[in-house]
Amino acid sequence: MVDKYSDRARVIKVIFIAVGVIFVARLAMLQIFSDKYRAMAERQSLRNITIYPARGLVYDRHGELLVYNDVVYDLMVVPRSVHDLDTAYFCRSIGISREEFEMYMNRARGYSPYVASPFMKQITKEDYARWQNLLYKFDGFYVQNRTLRVYPKPIAAHVLGYVGEVDEAEMEKNPAYQMGDYVGKSGIEKTYDSLLCGKKGRRVVKVDVHSREIGPYENGAHDTVPVAGEKLYSTIDAGLQEYAERLMANKRGCVVALEPSTGEILALVSAPSYDPNLLVGRVRGTNYLELLHDISKPLYNRALQGQYPPGSIFKVAQAMIALDLGVINPNSGFVCDKSLVGCHNHPSARSVQEAIKMSCNPYFYQVYRRVIQQGKYKNIYKDSQYGLTVWRSYMLRMGFGRALDIDLPNVKSGRIPDTAYYNRWYGKDHWAFSTIYSNSIGQGEVEVVPLQMANLAAIVANRGYYYIPHVVRFYGDDSTRIEKYYERQETGIEPEFFDIAAKGMYDVVHGAGGTGHRADVPGIAVCGKTGTAENYGNDHSVFISFAPMEDPKIALAVYVENAQGGGGTWAAPISGLIIEKYLKGEVQRKDVEKMYEEINPCQKLPLTKRVKKPKKTRRR
Amino acid sequence: MKGKIKYKRPDSASHLRFDWVTIALYAALVVFGWVNIYAACYSEGHKFVLDLASQHGRQLIWIGLATLVAFITLYTEPRIFSNTAYIIYAFFLGLLLVTLVVARAVNGGNSWIDLGPFKLQPSEFAKFATALALAKYAGSLDVKINSVKGRLITFAIILVPAALVLLQHDTGSTLVFAAFVLPLFREGLTKYVLIFAGVAVVLFVLALVLNKYIVMGIVLAACLAYLFLWLNRRSRRSYINTAAVFLLSCLFVFSVDFVFNKVLEPHQRERIDVLLGKTQDFKGVGYNVHQSKIAIGSGGFFGKGFLKGTITKADFVPEQETDFIFCTVGEEGGFLGSATLVILYVALLLRLVKLAERQRSTFARFYGYSVVGILFIHFFINIGMVLGLVPVIGIPLPFFSYGGSSLLAFTLLLFVFIKQDTYRAQLL
Repeated sequence: MVDKYSDRARVIKVIFIAVGVIFVARLAMLQIFSDKYRAMAERQSLRNITIYPARGLVYDRHGELLVYNDVVYDLMVVPRSVHDLDTAYFCRSIGISREEFEMYMNRARGYSPYVASPFMKQITKEDYARWQNLLYKFDGFYVQNRTLRVYPKPIAAHVLGYVGEVDEAEMEKNPAYQMGDYVGKSGIEKTYDSLLCGKKGRRVVKVDVHSREIGPYENGAHDTVPVAGEKLYSTIDAGLQEYAERLMANKRGCVVALEPSTGEILALVSAPSYDPNLLVGRVRGTNYLELLHDISKPLYNRALQGQYPPGSIFKVAQAMIALDLGVINPNSGFVCDKSLVGCHNHPSARSVQEAIKMSCNPYFYQVYRRVIQQGKYKNIYKDSQYGLTVWRSYMLRMGFGRALDIDLPNVKSGRIPDTAYYNRWYGKDHWAFSTIYSNSIGQGEVEVVPLQMANLAAIVANRGYYYIPHVVRFYGDDSTRIEKYYERQETGIEPEFFDIAAKGMYDVVHGAGGTGHRADVPGIAVCGKTGTAENYGNDHSVFISFAPMEDPKIALAVYVENAQGGGGTWAAPISGLIIEKYLKGEVQRKDVEKMYEEINPCQKLPLTKRVKKPKKTRRR
Repeated sequence: MKGKIKYKRPDSASHLRFDWVTIALYAALVVFGWVNIYAACYSEGHKFVLDLASQHGRQLIWIGLATLVAFITLYTEPRIFSNTAYIIYAFFLGLLLVTLVVARAVNGGNSWIDLGPFKLQPSEFAKFATALALAKYAGSLDVKINSVKGRLITFAIILVPAALVLLQHDTGSTLVFAAFVLPLFREGLTKYVLIFAGVAVVLFVLALVLNKYIVMGIVLAACLAYLFLWLNRRSRRSYINTAAVFLLSCLFVFSVDFVFNKVLEPHQRERIDVLLGKTQDFKGVGYNVHQSKIAIGSGGFFGKGFLKGTITKADFVPEQETDFIFCTVGEEGGFLGSATLVILYVALLLRLVKLAERQRSTFARFYGYSVVGILFIHFFINIGMVLGLVPVIGIPLPFFSYGGSSLLAFTLLLFVFIKQDTYRAQLL
């Protein structure tokens, strides 16, 4: 029975076949001719879990642990997977308020409702333990562990530095860094980050839509084991560091103590300092801001970044240059002519040794003039240019005017002016010795960082050479050395001249009328040189020293900022105490120790006005 | 007469006359479907196939019941269905009304009746009942279906259950009632209905994507092209008709915004926007389709292997054992598996068209085409949606998706037709 519409069956069949063809074509497009979806599938159904390695441990020079790691937990949330949550119970369990809950939750939702993000970061073991067994009740939440730095002793913050989450700029510089990594931000954490950070491990797991792990991917074929960071053996003497920090605790200034024979830094203090544990974990953010805005700048490492006029301690270096150039001899004497430059009352120095002991300003005015104007050229401008260039090359060899290659970041270079510098200021051939004579006594245009001053003490202690100061002796299980710190750096100045300097510095402490007698330690031949660096506010009290005189074990520079009194008053006795502590192991002069620990000579901050002082006056 | 027309008694080896091809395709789909439901809800704790706590275990029971229904249907006197068509129709209309009153909200629609251990979805059976009633009406000797009165009654039979289903907020199932256009078309509904529908869809999409005036320009160009390039002889009538078409199109284009914004519900608007690529919210409304494309696309040619899907195993695709079951096929079976499934369906549809065409009674043919129409619209919307070709409309894939009501209803629907087919030789 054929009806008149039976041909329509064909139309219907054609439609069906067409739909089938369209579907198969679409399937081919999705499944065969596109890799896009396979990649997307991997991205969302597999989770690369980074296993963070333990960061390297840091020891002091005697093997005492300075930094280790502790486990903390990040509470993660996948907002979309949170359901049937008894919010009140949840808040009570993990100890947060309803408002905090809303805040954290909104933040997580803002990041993504589908992707896990931290709800609360860096929860301590103790906190986590309290509600660990309740966690299964809260759908959509899970924890991830991280490690945090712990500092058993709250010392050496400026040496150790701190770690923080990597930022955009750092990621750009080093593609190995990934979002969420912790990297060293300062101190040796930064310089040795590549050693400390270790190697991240990876675990590839399959996850479900709620971000729950549902098993290893391909039986762990893609997994790698993390490698812990290398151990660092620092040169710091924890006991000495702690002691020096104690002495500086209520002051502003810094201490750099090093071992002259190796360049190893025994203690590096910048005061005020802070407890490195403050910049760890959940409290870090607030603490960091507080420290950052503190008017006394505790985050600022004065020992490496503070550029101060060197003051009188510079005279030691000036004498060495002049002696080596032969423009004076060890027995050169100059009258203390206060019309040239101000001075305190003392007999005229008859030798370099006496001049150093008495810190005679006019003497070093003359010395510096002979260095700058050697008479090579008739034209005094040309002559001065020549002299300055020669002088500067000596200064550079003694570690001034350039950043010492210490293994800590952001070290400043100080300033030893060159001819271009003065040409820029005064114009070429418009300056001569008379323009720049302030440099002779460590004022004027010269600037040094305390580290360089400590290095100068080490140079004198070594009688003419040094090793680049550093804070890490070796690293790793096989005690790898860092070669550049084992290369002797020569100044090219004869050792016998340094003997004279050492004797002069010995007299400073031990001689009659020496300016640094407060650095005296019974039974130890301490050599030192006081300095009083003129400044905004009160002068800085400066003292460099080494001890004992023969075969020196320690060289140091101590700065006390805006102290009422000169180098001999504050920096010298503190140096003495540190030397005693290091060489004797214990300070016997408890009364002295107590006094200098308690007194704070530093002018109160903020320094509102420049303290007016006639230039070129008393100087010791 | 004797000997020329052979009557075969229904009780004598009638199973030999069942269309085994259709039954085999049906069985293949059901088995294939169950395997994928097992894969979709597979988890370590529910490996046992008869685990009643899991969906694959329960589906096994439904399959058992469906087999029983199939058997009963095949060994029932076929005239029962044609004789009781209106009663069945009335019964399910009543059930839909009851559902409206007593049903509780499930899946955003009030389409379930809770019968204790299981829930019944009368709308699934309403399609079957409507098919029967329509076929009965169309097959009545005194009815001219292509008359005005015939049309009105036909549409009434379709629209009453459709309206009741719509009242249950089950838009998807309501759309399925459009399936009856197919048998009507076969029985003589003007071919323009298909053309109009096609043009309407195209204009709707264009109006949403493009500027209204550009769409009007396109329509005008098409009309002019028709008039001056296509037609060789232009009568006055052809001018008037073309002008009417143009005006109607314009009216339609300008009503699109109103329909889109005022008639459609927000989630429907969003789903259409996602399909047209106007919004790309992979984490919100576009999530389902995006995930389903990822699951299917990541399957590649050979698929990831049985139970080895990473997207479907990890619950990324919602509704994956019901409306989005095709994702599991796509991910684990790859192109091979999913293309096979598409081919199976097309084969079943073509086979059913063939069966329908060989029916001698209008009732059987009409019913057959109703079955074809219903299966086709489910197949088209479900797979089209999963592949991102059709907006998300939640209706199951027949015989394949998890769900007792739909499996039983589709089985009944299909096997009643298979039974009718065995009696095609009988003169009525």
